[in-house]
Amino acid sequence: MSATIYRHEFLIRLKSIVIWSLSMAFLIVFFFAMFPVFADQAALMNEFMEKYPQELRVAFGMDRMDLATVLGFFSFVLMFVQLCLAIQAGNYGFGLVSIEESELTADFLMTKPVSRGQILTSKLLAAMTSLTITNLVVWAASFTAITLFRGEHAYEPGTLILLLIGILIFQLFFLSVGLVVSLLVKRVRSVTPYALGLGFGMYVLSAFSGILGDVKLELVTPFKHLDAAYIVQHGAYNAPLVLLNAAVTVIAVAASYWLYTRRDISAVS
Amino acid sequence: MSVIEVSKLTKYYGKSRGIVDVSFNEEQGEIFGFIGPNGAGKSTTIRLLLSLIHPTSGSAKIFGKDVTTHGPEIRRDIGYLPSEVFYYEGMKVIDLLKYSASFFDGDCTQRMRELSEYMELEMNRRISDLSYGNKKKVGIVQGLLHSPKLLFLDEPTAGLDPLMQRKFFDLIRKENARGVTVFFSSHILGEVQRLCNRVGIIREGKIVEISDIRALQKNNYKKVCVTAKELKPADVKMAGVTNVQTDNGTVSFFFKGDINAVVKKIGGMKLEDVTIEEPTLEEIFMHYYE
Repeated sequence: MSATIYRHEFLIRLKSIVIWSLSMAFLIVFFFAMFPVFADQAALMNEFMEKYPQELRVAFGMDRMDLATVLGFFSFVLMFVQLCLAIQAGNYGFGLVSIEESELTADFLMTKPVSRGQILTSKLLAAMTSLTITNLVVWAASFTAITLFRGEHAYEPGTLILLLIGILIFQLFFLSVGLVVSLLVKRVRSVTPYALGLGFGMYVLSAFSGILGDVKLELVTPFKHLDAAYIVQHGAYNAPLVLLNAAVTVIAVAASYWLYTRRDISAVS
Repeated sequence: MSVIEVSKLTKYYGKSRGIVDVSFNEEQGEIFGFIGPNGAGKSTTIRLLLSLIHPTSGSAKIFGKDVTTHGPEIRRDIGYLPSEVFYYEGMKVIDLLKYSASFFDGDCTQRMRELSEYMELEMNRRISDLSYGNKKKVGIVQGLLHSPKLLFLDEPTAGLDPLMQRKFFDLIRKENARGVTVFFSSHILGEVQRLCNRVGIIREGKIVEISDIRALQKNNYKKVCVTAKELKPADVKMAGVTNVQTDNGTVSFFFKGDINAVVKKIGGMKLEDVTIEEPTLEEIFMHYYE
């Protein structure tokens, strides 16, 4: 770990952290502000939902969400927040070491007296710090929104905390998978398409997994590993799937270290 | 003491050749020139020594330590100036230099100021606003600010105007006088000739010659130019004569062997002009490439 690199990495990401965190906070607060309307007209709302085709409701996981309850509605909001945060984490993951290579600053960094392992550790810690800050803002926004708009409706704070902790686990998955993919390909020319691809791809997989029912697609996608509807229904994580998620994260990080220390940093071409 | 020891170093990028069986030593305090055309493997060699890339086979030692296992330790005393410099575009020059300095023990502020002043570098500008030549100056200051014991210069003068080139060479000579060992890669032979003690010539990934720069110039060839009336190339034909060229009544050729033989030969002619000189490195170099 090199404090110098950590600081540098954190500072170059600062603007991005602020933008992501504030956008998520606004998204949560404004979206959740609609809760009183939904809750008051629960019967009407559910009747309205019935009119949608079954497949669509399953794809969005709405068959298991009761929009009239605090956490039911919150998990509906969380679905969009998760998608955005997946893209944020994927962005950091794909760009963690590849930006230095595509912008050709890797030569500068790697001719300094630090080992590849130290570089990667510092960068990972800086990225995790960035994600943690975003998460803290999301926590604050969530509690604020719920306190402001829940009215008389009660909710289970323990389950909310499970949902919020889930976001971090979820983001670490995208960070580490993004990183390992960026090290498996020869060169990442632009980070955003990769991050969008991974984020939306996983989301679509999760939606399909809902429609097709029996197909074991939930094994692949973190949107299923940390499915909000499941957590709210059971008041607990789907333990095997969360463990699977964590295992993929750990393996991806380990593989990244292995690949990065053996990587050839190609010259300008 | 050898600062760099390279033995049978080989690098393949997949199937394409980087370098093959490169071996050489560089002694402490030397300025070693490493010359070859583009794509010969100069940068590959330097990148291997800096462990930016990993060898396919063979090994290299710097300060007596293996480059693949002791990289961070070795790099504490190494300065590197790449042929093309790229830095974090959003940063100011001063911030980049401070970032660079923060990797090394000790305070580099004083030296940083001296070097920037000497290279006429403006510290408060953004990297993205700098011209190519100015970025190169950042590279020079950045590569030297921690007082390295070994300097890698990879085609360092590209983008510098002649005045700056001269300043830069003076700087390198000064560093060398302090005991700094320099590894100087270039395809411009003039500058290698001006600066280096010893040269290695690399071609298509293989070392073709390592020699003292004076030996390279002296022992081998003399360049002879003869001007005389109705002189034909055939008139100078004898053992040891190569590369005969005619230009507007002047016949020039390379000669290798007993100099008396050639003097005797042209002694018998009615000359208008004659010069016998050391060939430039350029000319010798072309010879290796034919």
